[in-house]
This record gives sequence, structure tokens and C-alpha cells, in this order.
Amino acid sequence: MSCAHEQNRGKASVDNNRYKLKGEFHVAYPNTPIFNKQGKLCGVTNPRDMTYIHSYGAEAPFFEGLSKGVLKGTKCENPDCEYKGSVYIPFRIYCPDCLKKMKIVDLTAAAKKTAFIYTYMVCERSGAFNTLDKPIKFINVKIEGTSTILMSYLHLGEPSIGMRVVPIFRTKNPTYTITDLSWVPQGTPKSKLPKGFSF
Amino acid sequence: MIKFSKQQLKIPKMMRPVYLVTGGMSEFRRAFPEKRTEELCVEALTMAAEMINMSPAELKSYIHTCYYGHFADHFGDQLLGESVIHDRLGLDPLGNIGVKTGGATGGSTLWEAVKAVASGYSDCALALGWERMDEVPTDEGNHLISCAADKDWETPLGHIYTGYYAVMAQKYWQVYGKSEDSFRKTMAEIAVKNRGYAYHNPFAQGGMKITVEDVLKSPVVAYPLRALDACLMSVGSACCIVADEKTAFKMCKNPLLVYVAAGTHTLRPADRRDMEIPLLPNETKNTYKDLDKRFPGGELYPGFTGFLAARMACYYAYRMAGVYDPCEDLDLVELHDAFTISDIQSYEDVGIRPYGEGRTYVESGDCYVTNPKTGKPGKLPANPSGGLIGCMHAVGATGLMQVCELMLQIWGRHAEVHGDAKRWKSFGKTKPKDWKDLQVKGAKRGLAISHAGVGSHVTATILVDPKHQLKGGKA
Ligand SMILES: [Zn+2]
Repeated sequence: MSCAHEQNRGKASVDNNRYKLKGEFHVAYPNTPIFNKQGKLCGVTNPRDMTYIHSYGAEAPFFEGLSKGVLKGTKCENPDCEYKGSVYIPFRIYCPDCLKKMKIVDLTAAAKKTAFIYTYMVCERSGAFNTLDKPIKFINVKIEGTSTILMSYLHLGEPSIGMRVVPIFRTKNPTYTITDLSWVPQGTPKSKLPKGFSF
Repeated sequence: MIKFSKQQLKIPKMMRPVYLVTGGMSEFRRAFPEKRTEELCVEALTMAAEMINMSPAELKSYIHTCYYGHFADHFGDQLLGESVIHDRLGLDPLGNIGVKTGGATGGSTLWEAVKAVASGYSDCALALGWERMDEVPTDEGNHLISCAADKDWETPLGHIYTGYYAVMAQKYWQVYGKSEDSFRKTMAEIAVKNRGYAYHNPFAQGGMKITVEDVLKSPVVAYPLRALDACLMSVGSACCIVADEKTAFKMCKNPLLVYVAAGTHTLRPADRRDMEIPLLPNETKNTYKDLDKRFPGGELYPGFTGFLAARMACYYAYRMAGVYDPCEDLDLVELHDAFTISDIQSYEDVGIRPYGEGRTYVESGDCYVTNPKTGKPGKLPANPSGGLIGCMHAVGATGLMQVCELMLQIWGRHAEVHGDAKRWKSFGKTKPKDWKDLQVKGAKRGLAISHAGVGSHVTATILVDPKHQLKGGKA
């Protein structure tokens, strides 16, 4: 990508329920032909470089929370719901059973005290656009008192089933994506945390 | 949902019996740099016509509605690819619709076509699927596949679907496989078997004669999974034609009864909640009363080890077709072996073995065409086509390829199609000198499982020779 494009990269804001766009949202590279070894035309390349504009809707508090070091889940408080009191992380906006809007709850303290690895996988590969260091240590974290098992990644140490972990948050230069949440083994000192992350 | 109402557990009812009339496939390869997708689709439909001695035009004259399975249209930068294929097949102005359910797309496409005929809307319907994942570089392909996970909660984590999937394999490996070398070896046997079967299949992309040692020495993808444990990535097309009884017997001598049912489960494994195990006809609550004692760590159902969608698809399909015990009532299966370990997991979901005991299906030799332990026919051969590991995984076509293979087996025409030297040659291959006939002798009933990724969608298709219908079969 050219420097000029990098500087003029497309940005969006919202004003009065409308997206306001600034900068370049796509770059048009010319296509090129594809020939086989005998020189016969087989096809063409079709370059595409574009940027999506995506709303988090009512999940935005979760992603904003990460940037402030807070892990938010949701809880069904509908007294008529068969599963009243269930707590969800991933954060869900509506109760999957009664479809009433759920209450946002702070799970940071519970995560620090009770989170453990339910399962994990160390992955040597990644796809295009990956921003995480490899190998990626995928972990699925169970927090006591919740009904679900969150997918995330371990920043330090080697994962194992049952291992106690604590959340860390990218509070400096947050990306406002799920990568702002990561985990380290319980007892990791603050000095060992990756750049930009805090407890 | 973790509890189901009576209405939700209703056994699906078809207003009239539906028959599979014919099916066809293209060759499958990693890439076809010199073929358009429509060329592969025309090949599949032409083969379907040839199987019942019709011209493509004559076969088309019966088709009333069309169902197209194509999952990853963002790979091709072409929306409404279904309409492109529909036109190139010369089927306009018939009604058509696209179906997308990840890896289960092929099975789901057939589900739609069968319902159209069962309802009386159409007397004959086409289910045709394809996939083409060769038109982007591999790492961008990995990203595009990872878009099938949750784009906010999963995709940004590495843009690599294997990561979201393999955590489930890890849990099963540790809890039910107990991280044993013997279990690891059992996984490898599946890769050896399916690549070995594919060696005799002219359509297959990944036929290989390999050993357990080769699998165990292949590069680690995500421990304990190695390169040879994984399915192929393929390009190709497959189709099935279904019809009501009167039309079916007019079109061919021996159409096969077809039943399809579907289940789903959370797109994000993270959202799975603990629940009771839905029971198949041959299971009782007692079957699982001490499961967590025998397998510590297996307290949650489905946890990250069972595929509830597969269980539900079979819950419905077995009762539709009158299957009580799949090992007794079926003669062969084509399972969705995305990875060797998920193949073992699915033996349990579909009731070939109870939960926790999947490995014994392989270790007993039951899953082979010829049981290597006894030299006799295997009890319930699995994936004589080579499956996804040996034959192909051209997503939108996979579930339909499986049904075509079952059809050839039940028709007793496996050797005629797979052993045809001309067919090998037409694919630019030479029929192996040691080619083996993998016909399952006397096959009357078969099951195909079409499965999406972490288990978001699964269909169960049962094919039955109408002369050997099971008691309790609803058609
Ligand atoms: Zn509720």
C-alpha cells in the first residue's frame, strides 16, 4: 500500500444518524492477464482493495469497555424467563430464550478470580489481515457464574486445560476489536505484560 | 434453545414419498485454472443424465424447480452465481434459489429440493452444488473462510478458521481420547483408510497409499492435528435429481427413497450452553448416566466435544426412515470427515457408537469395506468414496457427492463408474493397475452426513432401496 494512501486512509464518523466518510476507501489497481506456460490466455486478476464500515450496534459497550479495562457480559433479568439469571459472555443484546433486552453486567472481577481454560489450541498459521503474533494460542475461557465459554487468546505461557488465567486489556491505543482482550497465566507480574496492555 | 417443545420435536412429515432418480459429479481438483465453474456443473448434470440413459435435454425436460448450493461467493467476487449457472445450464425461466449453510451446503441443497417434491410443488427438482476456492491466494482464502465465523468475536483472532475449530478437537482429544498414543493412531488409521479408498476413485483429488507412520510424521497443523489428518480443499460440482414416485419410476428403473433432515447449533462454540443429550431411538437415559465418570472433563453436553446439530439431524432423520440402530439398519455411510478427530466425534453424534466410544468403530474394523481384522466385509463401511480427506471438499458439492456415491453403491454400479478406464482417462489420469472394487456387497440403505464448520448446520440424508424399506419408514 502506498504511503499516500496510508495517510489518506478512509475514516468514518457518525453525525445525526448518518455516516460521514473522509479519505480513500478503496484503491483501484489495474488488472493483469493470466497465461499458461504455452502462452494461452487463461484469465485475469481482479484486484480489490476496499474498506468495510461496520456498526457494533448495542454491542458497542462491550468493545468500548475493553479499552477501559472492563469485561462486560449480559444477564437476563426478566422474571418470567425460564432461564432468568443466566449470564452471557460473549455479550448478547437479547436473551436467547425470552428475547427481552438483557442487563449489562461487569464480569471483570469474576474473570480475575475464577477464569480458567476450558480448551485451547496453538495455531501456527493465520489468514490474510491477521494482526496477532504467531503462533496464536487460542483459548476458550470459562468464567464462574456464566452460561457460556468465551473464545480469546493467551498472550504469555503455554495453555493447558484447567489453567487459571486473568484478563488483560489493550488500554493504550485500543483497536476496539476483540483483540483488545487477552489473557495471561494467574500470577503474571505487571512488568511482563505486552506493550499497551494492562490488568 | 436448550429445551425443546413437542412441536419442535415433531418428526418431519413428507406429504408424499420422494425418490432420488439420479446424480452426477465432475472431477475434483485443488484448482482448475483452465475451466470455468459452469463447465464443471455441466459435467455433473451430463453424468446424471448418462446414468439413466437420457440426454441432458431429456433430463432437463423433467426438472420443475432448481436448488443451487454454493457457499463462498465472496471467493468469486460474483453475487448471484446461482443465476449464472442456472442460465448456463439452460434452465431459465424455471424458479431457482441459492442455498448457503457452510460445509453443509450440499446436504442443505438436497433438503430443499426434497421438500419441494414432498410438498407437491414440484414433481422433479434439481439440487446442484459447486465450490471454487482456487481463485484467491491461500492466506486470503483463509481470511475468507474465517468470515464464516463471527466477524466481531472470532474472525479478528487470527483470521484462521482452523483455530476456532481445533479447540474442539483438543477438548475431545484430552477428554475422550485421553491423549493416548493409541487414540492418536486410531485417528491416523482414518486418514490412511480414506486416502486409500480415494486411490480407487477417478473423481478423487487426494488418493494416496500412505501408512499410519506417514500421518504421524506429517507436519503439525494445530497439535494433535497434522496435515494428513485434514480434509482437502477442492473445486468441483455434484448434483442429485429427485422426483415423486410416479415421475421417478418413469425416469428410471430403480429410484431410491430419500429422506433428509437438518439440525443447527450456535455459530460461535462460545455460545453453547449445557443441556441434556437428545436421545436416538436405540439410546436411553441410562446410556449416559456415568459418562462424566468414565470421561472426566466431559461434564458438559455438547460442550466442545459433541455436535448437537448432527445429533438433531439424526434424531429427525432416523425416525423418518425407521432407522433404529444405524449399525444394524444401514449398510454404509458417507460421513463428513473434515478432520480425522471430528470423524470420530461424529460417529457418536449419529449413533454409530454411544458418546465417548467413537474410536471403537475404527478399532473394531467395522468402518472398513473389508474388515482388516477378520478379512470379512465390515459391518458398516464408512466413506468408500474417500470422503473429504481423500476424495474432495468442494463445499457446496460435498453433501451431494456423498449422496451420489451412496446411490452408486445401492444401485450396485460402483465398479461400473469407478472402474471405467475411459473415465480415468477423460480426467487425465490412468486407472491404477491395482484398482480395487469397493462395492459394498448387497448395500440397500445408506446415510450421508453433511456438516458445517464448528457444527453450525448438519443434514442427515438416508437413501433406501424401496424394496428394502424399514418398518416404521414414513414414506
Ligand atoms: Zn430471558
